Order: sequence, then C-alpha cells, then structure tokens
Amino acid sequence: MTDTGYNYAYLDEQTKRMIRRAILKAVAIPGYQVPFAGREMPLPYGWGTGGIQVTAAIIGQDDTLKVIDQGADDTTNAVSIRRFFARTAAVKTTEKTVEATVIQTRHRIPETALTENQIMVYQVPIPEPLRWMEPRETETRKMHALQEYGVMHVKLYEDIARFGHIATTYDYPVMVNDRYLMAPSPIPKFDNPKLNNSPALQLFGAGREKRIYAVPPYTPVKSLDFTDHPFEVQRWDDCCALCGATDSFLDEVITDDKGGRMYVCSDSDYCGDRRAAGHVGPQGVDADAYQRATAAE
Amino acid sequence: MTMTPPAPLLRVEGLTHYYGSRLGCGDVSFDLYPGEVLGIVGESGSGKSTLLSCLSARQEPGGGRVLYQSRHDGEIDLYSVSEPRRRLLMRTEWGIVHQNPRDGLRMTVSAGANIGERLMAVGARHYGEIRDQAIDWLGRVEISDDRTDDLPRTFSGGMQQRLQIARNLVTQPRLVFMDEPTGGLDVSVQARLLDLLRGLVSSLGLSVIIVTHDLAVARLLAHRLMVMKEGRVVESGLTDQVLDDPHHPYTQLLVSSVLQV
Amino acid sequence: MTSQTNAPLPAVAVRNLEKTFVLHTQGGARLPVFAGLTLDVFPGECVALHGPSGAGKSTLLRSLYANYKPGSGQVLVRHDGGTVDMVSATPHQILAVRRHTMGYVSQFLRVIPRVSTLDIVAEPLITLGTAPEEARDRARALLTRLRIAERLWSLAPATFSGGEQQRVNIARGFSVPYPVLLLDEPTASLDAANRATVLELITEAKQRGAAVIGIFHDADARAAVADRLFDVLPVPSQAA
Repeated sequence: MTDTGYNYAYLDEQTKRMIRRAILKAVAIPGYQVPFAGREMPLPYGWGTGGIQVTAAIIGQDDTLKVIDQGADDTTNAVSIRRFFARTAAVKTTEKTVEATVIQTRHRIPETALTENQIMVYQVPIPEPLRWMEPRETETRKMHALQEYGVMHVKLYEDIARFGHIATTYDYPVMVNDRYLMAPSPIPKFDNPKLNNSPALQLFGAGREKRIYAVPPYTPVKSLDFTDHPFEVQRWDDCCALCGATDSFLDEVITDDKGGRMYVCSDSDYCGDRRAAGHVGPQGVDADAYQRATAAE
Repeated sequence: MTMTPPAPLLRVEGLTHYYGSRLGCGDVSFDLYPGEVLGIVGESGSGKSTLLSCLSARQEPGGGRVLYQSRHDGEIDLYSVSEPRRRLLMRTEWGIVHQNPRDGLRMTVSAGANIGERLMAVGARHYGEIRDQAIDWLGRVEISDDRTDDLPRTFSGGMQQRLQIARNLVTQPRLVFMDEPTGGLDVSVQARLLDLLRGLVSSLGLSVIIVTHDLAVARLLAHRLMVMKEGRVVESGLTDQVLDDPHHPYTQLLVSSVLQV
Repeated sequence: MTSQTNAPLPAVAVRNLEKTFVLHTQGGARLPVFAGLTLDVFPGECVALHGPSGAGKSTLLRSLYANYKPGSGQVLVRHDGGTVDMVSATPHQILAVRRHTMGYVSQFLRVIPRVSTLDIVAEPLITLGTAPEEARDRARALLTRLRIAERLWSLAPATFSGGEQQRVNIARGFSVPYPVLLLDEPTASLDAANRATVLELITEAKQRGAAVIGIFHDADARAAVADRLFDVLPVPSQAA
C-alpha cells in the first residue's frame, strides 16, 4: 500500500541530497555537529523528525528498516515510523535486528551485535553536550573548535559530590575519535560501550536543532570519567523475568498495585529470540507452552 | 636577594581603543613587574574598564601592543598569538575577578565545582585530588569546608567574591585582573576581603592590575597607580606619591573629594 | 649588606632640590616650599632639620622618601652598591630603596584592618626574605623595649591609643637595619621613658652606621642625638 502522492521516501530529491552532503561531512569529521536545513515533517518535534530525515535521505528500495522506541518494536512511535516508510518508500520492514539494514532508534542500541552492513540512525533531542553548562551557541562552538572540554567534567564532579558516584545514567557524554565531545542521544549509558569501535555506521539527527553528526565504523568512542571514578554501566541483581538474560538492559515493569514488579529485557527482539531458542526466565513460559496456550484459545 | 630588576611580566605599548569615534582608552603604556600591584583609578566612564578588557584579552584594541612574559614560551604578543593560546593563558597563567560574582562564577554548580573547574579545564581527572584542592582553597579564602557542596547563590556577597578569588587562584596564576572587587560590599565585608587579598597577593607573589574608584582600596593594595580621565592616563606613579602629592588637576580633585570619616 | 662605615661618600646627597605645590583646585595657587636645597648626610651621623613651623621640614623629609615629587634637583641615595636618584628613579627602584635602604617613621600609623601588631612590625623584615619566626622575634624584642603590653601584640592596633600606635610605628620603622633613616617627630607625645628608648634606638642606629635625618620638635631630644642642624628656611611667597 504505497502512497503515490509523495516523492520516494517523502522528501524531495534536492532535500535528500542536501542531507546526504551533511551526512558525508559528519562522517568525515566524527562527532562534529553539522548544521543542515531541516524540513518540517508530518510529525511533531520530539517524535523523531531528525532521525526520519536522515533515514529518508539514506534509505533505498532494497533496504530493510527496523525502528526501535524505548528498545521495543511495538510501541506507537516505532510502529508509526515503520509504517511511514513502508507507505512512502515501499521498503521492507522488520522487527529482527539481524534482518535490518537501517535501524532508526530512540533510547536504545540493540543487544544483538551490529554488522558492517547496518546503519544506525539515532533520534536526538539536544545534540549539544555542553549546553547544560554553557547556554551560548557561539561559545559552545568555540569550545568545540578549541577542544575546551574541561567544563564537561564539572557536571560529573557534581554527580559524585552529591551522590557519591556518577549519577548520569543516559545521554552520557563521550569523546569521539579523541577529538569531539558528543552527546550519544538519550541512550542509557549501558549502551555507550556499544558505540565504541562499532562495525556499523552510526548517524545522529536532531530535527529541532537541525544538526547531523556521525560516528563512522570502527571509531573509538570513550565515555568521560575520572581516574578514581571510572566509567561503569548499570548492573542489575535480577535477570530478565521472561528469558533469563543477565547481559541485557532491563526495564522495571510494575505488575500490580501492591508493589509487585518484574524486570524484563528492554530489547523486545532480543528477548523474543532468546525465548524462541529455549531460554526461560523465572516468570517466563517456554516457547512451546506459549504456542500451545495461544493455539488453545 | 638580588636587586637587579627582573624582566617585566607585562609590557603595554600605546594601547588605544575607540568605540566608533569615541575614545575608550588612548595611548596607554606601562610595564608591570612580577609581584607588583597596579591600581587604575578614575571615575565611571574614564576608560578604566575598557583598558582592563583590552589588557585581559577580552577586547581586541584598535592599536598598541600587550606583551606578556609567559611561563614557558618567553614573551608573547597577546593579540598576535592564536585565540586558543590566548584562552589557554586565561585559564592557566591569568585570572579575572569580576565586580559582580555572577559574571565570574557558575551559579548553578557547587562551590567545590566552581573551584575545581579550572583544574579540570587544564586536564585534572582525579576527583579526590580536585576535591581536596577545592576544600584547601575554600579554607584559604575563609569559607568553611561544610559549604563545599552548596551553590554559590546560597552565599553572601562577600563569600561569593571570596569564592571567585579562590576559583581564580587555584591554578596558580601569575597575573590577576580585578575589576572593582570590593564594589557593592558592606564596609566591614570589604575590609575582610581587602585584607585577604593583600595576604594572598604577597604570599603568592601575584602581579595584579586592579581597577577601582575607591582610593582607600587603591592605597591599601596597589604599589603604583594610574589615574585615568576621559580615556587617557593623566597621572601615574607610586601610590603614596599620587595620593599624597597629586600633580594633575583631576587627581587633586579626586583626592580632595574623598570624604573623611 | 655592603660595607660602608668608612666610606667617604655621603649616604644621602641632596642637590639643588626644589619643591613647589600647585593647587589646581584653588585657582592654580603656587606654594613654593624650598629651592636650591643642597645637603649631604654621611653614614653614622644624625642631621636634625631645623626651622620654624611651616618652613617645609616635613615636605623635605617626604621628598627624600619620594613620597612627594620635587620639581627639580636630585636626591642621591647610596643603594645596593650604586646610587639612585629618588627624584628621577622609576617606581620600581624607589620601592627597592624603601625596602632595603631607606626607612621612614612618621608620627602616624596607617592601620590595616585585621593585621596584628606583631605582624605589622615584622612585615618589613619578612618582605626582605627574613624567616617569619625570626622576624617576629625581632618584632617582639622591639615591642617589649617600647613597652607595648604583650596582650596587645595579637590585636590590630586600630583601637590603640595615639601613643601606642606611634610606638608600634616606631617599632616597625626600626625593625630593619636600614642604612638611611628618616624620622618625623619620633618622640612627639611620648612619655619620658619611651622617649629615652627611642633616643637609644636612634643612637644604636647611628652606631651601626645609619645616616639619620630627623625632625625633632623637642630640643632635649634633638640635643641628645643630632650631630648637626640643617636649617630649612621658608621661601618668600610669590604671587601666583
């Protein structure tokens, strides 16, 4: 059901070229925020307008698109964006990380390792990591140009002074290729190590701020820290209640009004794959039993 | 102790700046030696602040030169070196104490972080050591260590000013610019701040250029004075000479206008 | 310290010194104080400036210290093996002369808030690089001789009586063994015992080779320490 009233992938070809030029520049200067002439998109700012424009500029007819929102493929935003490209670009869509060639994401990097044949597209609300300390754009640009990044550690210092540890848990600032300080978008710091030396090309689009930046494949990405407070990712005492995974990012799910809760994989595809392969968590049912139960209904 | 004068730390030659056709400061020249405190006095609009901005790399002057004897690279011409070099200088060898602490402090981060920032800006990456230094400097400016994690906006005006001084001195600068550091403070608070400054300047061997319209402050802190009027230096010399035996009509007026308590 | 006790050169040589005040705030009135003034003072001698009140004795003393700027002439001071002209010297040189060579004691103490009496007296020595404890020992000895009660040493002298402040100032002035001492009424308003102590201090300074130039209102004090008088005469007033 492809809509015929639109150009392929919604944006006109000149706009896509303009965005591709910005992407090329971003790839050439890893971590540097390239301004681009962002367009109005048929969804509100904050819903992924930057990511959609990047995806529209790079997606081809033989691509397979996966969209993640909060780690899941079945939430409203993920479903809407997938359908948007299915209608305007007639691409195949998937929920399987391994099948996807383009993965647009908000909040997560898939647990399954990425490959050289994949491109990650991140939706970015605030591309400037220094904005928290320095409100002036003229000044933050100068700070990037001169690599004056000491102030970023002030934020981490404040965390330790207040909480005894670095309490920043998402959008945790990173240094790209030992040169540019970069906001990794609001992914949990759990995913920061996956940015480092990733075989996949990683593109970041900020619609409201009209900035594109990139981490090319196999680029060093280092999370900031102190020598006596090294960078650490989140850990859980629990495993995934459904698939039993101990190596994935877990969401806390409240199950009743009496304080009952469970932890499940935030990456729904990863969790499903594990269950299909026979892994069972403490509150999960094995895949065969699930099949029988649904068949009986 | 050697008595041959060392090389000047700062040499200023014919510094001139116009705002359009209006003179900000004109043809100012002087040498500043290590450990020397130079006061710039004059009324509002006399060009003191323009001069200070031009000297402290915040306002490129229309003419003239500012030559600084840097710690490692010999003498550098402030406005012909690259901007990164200039900004590095401001974070390391120089300090600026603003009249309004809000211009010199980060009001949204703690006192400790305000002091630590300059250390982190020059590459310190050990939290414990940064914090120890911050607490040490709070002590030196007479702020109790239980205020380390408080925001500067919870501090009194005098404390904010002392915090600003600590933030500047933590990287052991050699040259500090001060713009009316005691302006807007109560007299008793002023006295404490002045005494503290006086002690720090002599114990650290700082060179200071201080802009003030308060002649008592100038007398207490400055070795030498420059009196400015309408953008030009009308009289300069040893502080006690200028204040006790002023020659220029404007200086005489300034000195005779001070109210006696 | 350079050896100078047997040197035939004056410690201070004043040549053709001229000083006129111009009061711009009072219609440019000109007040000539002295002109063509010449004076040599040698190590180990005390010269008392002599003349009627208003003749310009204090102005001369302040001009020697470069506190006032003479209009013309020279004040040549032997300093650091050479000679410095206090009239034409740079501020840097003047401060060096004041730190090392020339001490000045006035009747009035310029009180600095919060600085203790002991530190006020010890400061000139510490500035010269003397170890702080050694400098404070010297300060304690001087304050004891000048009968400043020990309980006052840790206090800032802002609240002291005029006589006490004057003695603190004298202690400060005598803390460093300056080769040249300028004294402006050092014994004024002191009681007999303290006046005697100050005269002792001046005599000791002369004995170690200091050149002393002083204003002594008190004739007995003048007679006790001065080797000769130097007349400072008022210049006839001129029309402005």
